[in-house]
Amino acid sequence: MALLEINRAACTGCGACLQVCPFGALSLDSENIVEVGEACTGCGACVPECPVGALSLPQVEKKEQISTAGYSGVWVWVEQYNHQAGSISWEMMGEGRKLADKRGTTLAACVLGYEAEAIARQAIAYGADKVFLVDDPTLEVYRTDPYARILVELVKKYKPEIFLLGASTRGRDLAGAVATYIYTGLTADCTGLEIEEGSNLLLQIRPAFGGNIMATIKCPEYRPQMATVRHHVFEMPLSDESRPGQIIREPAVLSEDQIASKILDLIVEKNEVNLADAKIIVSGGRGLKGPEGFTILHELADVLGGAVGASRAAVDAGWISYAHQVGQTGRTVRPDLYIACGISGAIQHQAGMRTSKIIVAINKDPEAPIFQIADYGLVGDLFTVVPALTRALKRRLNKA
Amino acid sequence: MRAIVCIKQVPDTTEVKIDPDRGTLIRDGVPSIVNPFDTYAIEEALRVREKFGGQVTVITMGPSQATSALKEAIAMGADEAILLNDREFAGADTWATAYTLSKAIKKIGEFDLIFCGRQAIDGDTGQTGPGIATQLQINQLTYVCRLANLDLDKKTIEVERLVEEGREVVKSALPCLVTVVKDINQPRYPTILGIRRAQKALITVWTARDLDVDSKLIGLNGSPTRVVKISTPPPRAGQCELIKGESAEQQADFLAEKLLAEKIIV
Ligand SMILES: Cc1cc2nc3c(=O)[nH]c(=O)nc-3n(C[C@H](O)[C@H](O)[C@H](O)COP(=O)(O)OP(=O)(O)OC[C@H]3O[C@@H](n4cnc5c(N)ncnc54)[C@H](O)[C@@H]3O)c2cc1C
Ligand SMILES: Nc1ncnc2c1ncn2[C@@H]1O[C@H](COP(=O)(O)O)[C@@H](O)[C@H]1O
Repeated sequence: MALLEINRAACTGCGACLQVCPFGALSLDSENIVEVGEACTGCGACVPECPVGALSLPQVEKKEQISTAGYSGVWVWVEQYNHQAGSISWEMMGEGRKLADKRGTTLAACVLGYEAEAIARQAIAYGADKVFLVDDPTLEVYRTDPYARILVELVKKYKPEIFLLGASTRGRDLAGAVATYIYTGLTADCTGLEIEEGSNLLLQIRPAFGGNIMATIKCPEYRPQMATVRHHVFEMPLSDESRPGQIIREPAVLSEDQIASKILDLIVEKNEVNLADAKIIVSGGRGLKGPEGFTILHELADVLGGAVGASRAAVDAGWISYAHQVGQTGRTVRPDLYIACGISGAIQHQAGMRTSKIIVAINKDPEAPIFQIADYGLVGDLFTVVPALTRALKRRLNKA
Repeated sequence: MRAIVCIKQVPDTTEVKIDPDRGTLIRDGVPSIVNPFDTYAIEEALRVREKFGGQVTVITMGPSQATSALKEAIAMGADEAILLNDREFAGADTWATAYTLSKAIKKIGEFDLIFCGRQAIDGDTGQTGPGIATQLQINQLTYVCRLANLDLDKKTIEVERLVEEGREVVKSALPCLVTVVKDINQPRYPTILGIRRAQKALITVWTARDLDVDSKLIGLNGSPTRVVKISTPPPRAGQCELIKGESAEQQADFLAEKLLAEKIIV
C-alpha cells in the first residue's frame, strides 16, 4: 500500500528513513534507492528524517470542507461515579484552562449525571467558565448510549473547538462513540497537549508502540479536535469556590426505554484498591517468587497507607489478580511514590509507571533496566530488604 | 449464532528496540504477531460457538501479509476469514478503520456478536471497537472480563466489565460489540489439525470495490487525524541514587531516612 512518494532523483540511498519506519516498510532497491513496501501506513515518520527531502506524502484530496470557523471554546467531560467526580476530570480542567487562555476562549465542562449540581459547581471552582449540566435519572451510572447521544447533541449545538475526555475505561468508551457519530478526529491517551503557533491547532502528543515512541497528532480539518487524556499526567489545579461561572441546563436525549443496556451490579473485590488514585504504590514482580511474596509487600504498603501493584509476570503467574497489573496492558499510574520490588522494568511495565513522581527500585540485579528510571535504587535481596524497610519505616513513623 | 472477530496484525513491541545513539527505533527483524488482546477475542468467540453452535468469522484490514494472522485464527478454530486489502484503505486512522470494517460486517450479513480486543498494542487506542459499534448502531460493551450469560432467544447478553472501581455487571440487548481484556479466558493453542486446515484454507479478499464504501471516507483520505511527528520519549530527569550499606538492614534504614528527609513520605 505504497503511500509514500519518493523522489528518485533526489534520494541518495543514505538509509536514514529505513531506521525510523515503525512498520519496517522501507528498503533499498538494487539501485540503492528507497523502496516502499506494502506495510507502509503513511504515518509520515520518515518524511522529516530525509536529509535531502526526497520523501513526501501524497496531497490529500480536498473534501467537501466542513467549516472549522464557527467552532470555539475548550470542553472537558467531567466523569462522575457515585456522585463523585474523578480526579482525572479536574486535571483536564487545569490543562483545559491553559489551552483556553492560550486560545483566548472559554472553558466549559460537561457534567452528566443524576443530582449532579454539586459537581457542576465544583467544575466552576476548578476553572470552568460555564457548565453544561444534564441532570436525569437515566444518567446516574455511566452508560455509553445515553451519554454519547447527549454529548453529540451538545457538540452540534454549541460547536466547541477542542473536547477533552479522560482516558479512563468510561472516557475511552464514550469518546470513541462520540467522535464516530460526529465524524471528527480522536487521539487516544494523550500525555501532552499544546497549541501550535500560527495554525492554532491542537498538538496532541501520545505514546505509541508500548511507550517506545511519542507521536504528535493533529486534526486539521474537522471539529472538535478530540482527545482522551491520561490520568495523573497533568497537575491537579487548585479549586476556588468563589470563582464565578454559569450553569446551563440541557435535557437528556434518550428515555430509559430507549436504552439497550442496564447496569445490574458492581462487584468490588475484597482488599480492592483503586490503583489509579493511590498516592503510594508498592509493586511486585517475578522476583517475589510466589503469592506469599506479596504478603511482605502488603505489610509495607499498609505502613505507608499505599496500594499494591504488580508486573504482568506476577499476574500471569496467578500470584495476584489482573486488577493490580501496572503497565501497557494493565493500569497507568502516577503516584507520588512507586516502589518496584523484584521488577526488571521492561518497557511495557515502564509504560504504566514511568511518570510516577519518585521511583524506588529494589532489585538484586544491578543491571536491571528499572534502575535507569529510578530515583533511588537499592541493590539487594527483596526478601530481607522489604521487611527491613517496613520495620525501619514503622519505627520512624511511630507505628511500632 | 454468528460471531465476527476483528483482529489486527501488529509488530511485537517487546522486540522493538531503541538505538541509544541516534534515538531512533530499530525495527530490523521485529516479528509480526496477532495483537495479543485479539487472541482473547478469538478464544471467546470460539467458546460461544462451542456452547451454542454456529459460525465464527475473523476479519482484518491490512496488507496482504496479514493473511498469516487470519490463518492463525483459523488454526485456533475460526470457520472463515476475510482480508480487507486495497491500497485505498492505507493510512486509515481509527475513524476510517472502523468505517471500513463496519461496511465489511454489513456485507457479511446477520450476526449476534462482534468481538474486538481491548486495544491494539501498536496504536494503543481502543477506539476501533466503539467506532464499529457506533457505525453499525449497535450497543457496545468494552473492557469485558467475563461473559456471564448469553440468551440467543431473548437476544440478551450479560457481562462483567473491568472498570476502575471493580467489575461492573451489565446486561445488554443483542446484537452487540464486545471488547475483551485478558482476564476473560486463556486462549488455546492451534492444534496440528487446525494448522493443516489453516494451510489449506481459502481467505476471502475484499477490496474497496467489493464494499459499499464512500471513497472519501476510507484510508488516509477519510482519516480526520494526521501524525505529524514521531520522536523518542523524553528520558526521566535525574539520576538514580544508589543506596549503599553494610547490610540489608542498614540499606533499608538509609532508604527510610531518605524518603522521610526528602518529604516523599510524610
Ligand atoms: C504486549 C505486551 C504487553 C505487556 N504488558 C505489560 C504490562 O502491562 N505490565 C507489565 O508489567 N509487563 C507487561 N509486559 C511484560 C513485560 O515485557 C515483562 O515481561 C514483565 O514486565 C516482566 O515482569 P517482571 O519484571 O516482574 O519479571 P522479570 O523480568 O523476570 O524480572 C524479575 C526481576 O526480579 C529480580 N529479582 C529476582 N529475585 C529477587 C530477589 N530475591 N530480590 C530482589 N530482586 C529479585 C530480578 O533481578 C529481575 O530483575 C507485556 C509484554 C507484552 C509482550
Ligand atoms: N485493521 C484492523 N482490522 C481488524 N480489526 C482491527 C483493526 N484495527 C483494530 N482492530 C480491532 O480493534 C481493536 C482495538 O484496536 P485499536 O483501536 O487500534 O486499539 C483491536 O483489538 C481489534 O480487535
